[in-house]
Amino acid sequence: MSLRIVVTVKYVPDATGDRHFADDLTVDRDDVDGLLSELDEYAVEQALQISENSDDDVEVTVLTVGPEDAKDALRKALSMGADKAIHVEDDDLHGTDAIGTSLVLAKAVEKAGYDLVVSGMASTDGTMGVVPALLAERLGVPQVTLLSEVSVEDGVVKGRRDGDSATEQLEASLPAVVSVTDQSGEARYPSFKGIMAAKKKPVESWDLSDLDIDEDEVGLENAYTVVESAAERPARTAGTIVKDEGEGGKQLAEFLAGQKFI
Amino acid sequence: MAEVLVYVDHVDGAVRKPTLELLTLARRVGEPVAVALGNGAGDTAAALAEHGAVKVLTHEAAEYGDYLVVPKVDALQAAVAAVSPAAVLVPSSAEGKEIAARLALRLGSGIITDAVDLEAGDEGPVATQSVFAAAFTTKSRVSKGTPVITVKPNSAAVEAAPAAGAVEALSVTFSAAATGTKVTSRTPRESTGRPELTEAAIVVSGGRGVNGAENFAIIEALADSLGAAVGASRAAVDAGWYPHTNQVGQTGKSVSPQLYIASGISGAIQHRAGMQTSKTIVAINKDAEAPIFELVDYGVVGDLFDVVPQLTEEVKTRKG
Ligand SMILES: Cc1cc2nc3c(=O)[nH]c(=O)nc-3n(C[C@H](O)[C@H](O)[C@H](O)COP(=O)(O)OP(=O)(O)OC[C@H]3O[C@@H](n4cnc5c(N)ncnc54)[C@H](O)[C@@H]3O)c2cc1C
Repeated sequence: MSLRIVVTVKYVPDATGDRHFADDLTVDRDDVDGLLSELDEYAVEQALQISENSDDDVEVTVLTVGPEDAKDALRKALSMGADKAIHVEDDDLHGTDAIGTSLVLAKAVEKAGYDLVVSGMASTDGTMGVVPALLAERLGVPQVTLLSEVSVEDGVVKGRRDGDSATEQLEASLPAVVSVTDQSGEARYPSFKGIMAAKKKPVESWDLSDLDIDEDEVGLENAYTVVESAAERPARTAGTIVKDEGEGGKQLAEFLAGQKFI
Repeated sequence: MAEVLVYVDHVDGAVRKPTLELLTLARRVGEPVAVALGNGAGDTAAALAEHGAVKVLTHEAAEYGDYLVVPKVDALQAAVAAVSPAAVLVPSSAEGKEIAARLALRLGSGIITDAVDLEAGDEGPVATQSVFAAAFTTKSRVSKGTPVITVKPNSAAVEAAPAAGAVEALSVTFSAAATGTKVTSRTPRESTGRPELTEAAIVVSGGRGVNGAENFAIIEALADSLGAAVGASRAAVDAGWYPHTNQVGQTGKSVSPQLYIASGISGAIQHRAGMQTSKTIVAINKDAEAPIFELVDYGVVGDLFDVVPQLTEEVKTRKG
């Protein structure tokens, strides 16, 4: 048997950089270094573990939708051990929202062929965390999301979801869409060998016409939401900082009492 | 006035506080119609009516507990078809966002997640969001279809606003996708007796500086003296000192209490993402250079093992 896994990954501005908005109120990607979203590293890791623990013939493909630089994210995933990569890139994609992105991902996943899609729990820039659910809805396959433990056996995916009020064990038949959390297990570092091997791995490039998507289905103009304004949060006014000379706890209590918390 | 659907988050009929906050926001945009699903749905009506629900649509079926997310999407879709609302509001829990997203896609609508405020606007509700780890505030609206908006806990006050709250049975036909993902077991989280982290007015958090699971007792003691919830940084959670359900930050819970007290937490961007919108921020850290001090209203540079117990004692004394 064979198992085709597609891992969706996003190239994001570094969260520790000075992230801001461009004039059109999209995320500015020029001034801050980009990288493979750390939360997607967990998805790559789980896909590789499923592959390593399987007797089947498993192929792990990483897929990204994003600008030219997004290739860096694919390279990182390939150097971790993924087999091949697909880069969907098109000028008309600029400013596409989550609903539009899920369309592009769904079409690309279908074109690539899949038994299992593995995503991260959210991106580290937009942080909506809705793309896996949207993808499942579009593909018409089960959504097995926010897993901190995942396994695949005999065409069934199982996992543990630490939900808002309970821990749930989930189960669904393949094909399915899975998302994994940062509790699922530390992602591996690419080895030197992995980095060298990645250079020879195939990266396919697709544009919207390859996916039969019209330009009026994506992009900023056709987004389902409008950002009307973005303002930097005023810096918090500098607080009082005291050094504990033996009375620090009492001084703090005095402050809290003044604020009516005690 | 147009109706606004509010998805009810409840546990066996006990309505959770974020839903009541949604009713406050819903009343700014229209007349709230609540949708309560699953076991105990009918028992939610009194609380919902008291806070402004003109109608409560209910449906009980085993599917809501036995399968993930999709049955609830089917029901909300049926409610939208029945009511033709001006907007749909859903609490921003992990599940709430997934439900909202799938619903939006089915409706051909846009979705806004994690709103922290909502106002009526000429072209539909305008949502305020806090982005890039709360460094920016944006205002957005949905431009296509029925706006679907998820709202974070503590975004509005709970207000009494008695309304009819007439209970009506919602008729729901489950889709083929509804039974796709089976919930084979569910272990409810054990109650700690402390307030819910996302709903608490005061949160007391500990980080790597707490240095051991057993030492979290001093964080808990402070929390209990203040009637607060307990939070933890990812470093403390990864070390196994405190459960992941208590993690505050980008990949944990996002909290916005009146008072946040961070002890032994450096203030990394991913931690800030989950607490930066707190009203008053206090930190105890032995490193005067720790970035958390950039956020604080009051900071104590010192050893938490001295400062925290002293604070706890002082709080107890003052409270008598
Ligand atoms: C994708 C991603 C997601 C993440 N999500 C989260 C998240 O949701 N939540 C989160 O918290 N982090 C998250 N992180 C991790 C984050 O980057 C930091 O590593 C983490 O927040 C550090 O936790 P800390 O402040 O407890 O530990 P440290 O950074 O090690 O800080 C410990 C602090 O304790 C102080 N200290 C030590 N001993 C004492 C003492 N006796 N008394 C007083 N102070 C003392 C030290 O001076 C130091 O400032 C994420 C990271 C990534 C990459």
